[in-house]
Amino acid sequence: MILLSPLGALGRATLQTLAAIGRVALFAFQAIGHMVRPPFYGREFALALLNIGWLSLPVVGLTAIFTGGALALQIYAGGARFNAEAVVPQIVAIGMVRELGPVLVGLMIAARVTSSIAAEIATMKVTEQIDALVTLSTNPMKYLVAPRVLAGLIVVPLLVAVGDVIGIFGGWVVATGSLGFNPATYLKNTVDFLELLDIVSSLTKGCIFGGIAALMGCYFGMNSGRGAQGVGKATKGSVEAAAVLILAANFLLTGAFFSL
Amino acid sequence: MIELISVEKAFGDNHVLRGVNLSIPKGTSMVIIGGSGTGKSVLLKSVLGLVRPDAGVITLDGKDVTTGDRDAFLARFGMLFQGGALFDSLTVWQNVAFRLLRGSLKRPVAEAREIAIEKLRRVGLKPDVADRFPAELSGGMQKRVGLARAIAAEPEIIFFDEPTTGLDPIMAGVINELIREIVDEMGATAMTITHDMTSVRAIADHVAMLHDGVIQWTGPVRDLDQSGDPFVDQFISGRATGPIESVR
Ligand SMILES: Nc1ncnc2c1ncn2[C@@H]1O[C@H](COP(=O)(O)OP(=O)(O)O)[C@@H](O)[C@H]1O
Ligand SMILES: [Mg+2]
Repeated sequence: MILLSPLGALGRATLQTLAAIGRVALFAFQAIGHMVRPPFYGREFALALLNIGWLSLPVVGLTAIFTGGALALQIYAGGARFNAEAVVPQIVAIGMVRELGPVLVGLMIAARVTSSIAAEIATMKVTEQIDALVTLSTNPMKYLVAPRVLAGLIVVPLLVAVGDVIGIFGGWVVATGSLGFNPATYLKNTVDFLELLDIVSSLTKGCIFGGIAALMGCYFGMNSGRGAQGVGKATKGSVEAAAVLILAANFLLTGAFFSL
Repeated sequence: MIELISVEKAFGDNHVLRGVNLSIPKGTSMVIIGGSGTGKSVLLKSVLGLVRPDAGVITLDGKDVTTGDRDAFLARFGMLFQGGALFDSLTVWQNVAFRLLRGSLKRPVAEAREIAIEKLRRVGLKPDVADRFPAELSGGMQKRVGLARAIAAEPEIIFFDEPTTGLDPIMAGVINELIREIVDEMGATAMTITHDMTSVRAIADHVAMLHDGVIQWTGPVRDLDQSGDPFVDQFISGRATGPIESVR
């Protein structure tokens, strides 16, 4: 079929993609609408903050510290080729804060949080719990989706800030421990070099990635197919979509912030 | 009074409902019988708007159920789902009192808990299950918690999807009596799906049999044995041979 009518196939795929984007956008607008209109479900929101934020700290910290350390080693080795070893603190800082901090935290959140939100909501759908919510006069968009997306928007920038700091710390440990940097000078160089824009861009990315991660979990969960297979597909799809969208959004945001 | 007029629903090319006509007078108990997979659950869900019919009209007290204030509409209903559909992140009593803890029927926590424990007692569960989680209960106990949740806010209209499936005969008897009591004492309108002929006779004012996407037969429960309908006869006697195909 594809061989016989390549244009037709292309057209169909394009239409399907556009329709999917439309559905996701509509879903996002509905979620935002429910965030600002009462009733608000405080308990659900608090649990989402705990799950997305607090319980993600270990994985974010470990990812960031190893990445910061590896970054310092590579920059040192690369810089040595043209006698520029001294740039390690500056490049580690910029690399972590502008790119690696937000992207790594975003991807870890996609792996850890998007998947669990999608699996949980999909299971609720499959076991008729979503239907039960409706019959108990509770809107699932308000009760399940809005608190999670709001928590993602608020707490992931904080995780990114933590990741940035721990990543820089990882670089500092390696640089001062085995590359012979002076601890105080390293820190001073880092602080002097970073600009407000670097930090703003980092937190903005965190906010948007957190929103994407939570939204994709909810969207795929709410639209899950039937049975265990439906839950599996929803979970897989949500993580794929969140990861790709986070990387695409990162590219666009980097362009918007730094290519002026 | 609930009325369904030519209701149709298909999932892909699986035409589940093909023109269902049925009316349930206020304050009466209608029991729907029919083979597995004939669309009984889909029928109940259509009335509640959980499934959107492809064609036909469903009215409650003469008003189309798809129009008007949805919250006010749903506040009149209670529903027991076939699988219980308990929220597994909440304890048993929080499940039962779900409606009483939020929204327009919200009341103090202590009072909501008290009502929940009273409803649990009515379905034969002791107060010590109140603080457990649904996953810690047996299937039959989960079913009864679902039943307690359905009746907690004392709705006018209650739907029971296979309320006695998975219960022992004595507990099934208790649940049958409870459903009958709710209709007689609270004046509720009930619609029950069941395969259990003992239940049918204990609960029903009227019986309707769903087969092949339409109501094959409907009438008062006293006429069930003399329906003259070969489908109904085969179903209530549980014969493997007859007009209803049983694929083996
Ligand atoms: N959400 C759905 N999507 C697709 N098919 C469905 C859905 N709900 C029910 N069905 C199909 O409709 C038919 C009737 O289902 P159901 O009403 O659950 O039967 P029962 O009479 O046993 O309660 C079945 O074939 C089922 O597979
Ligand atoms: Mg069913």
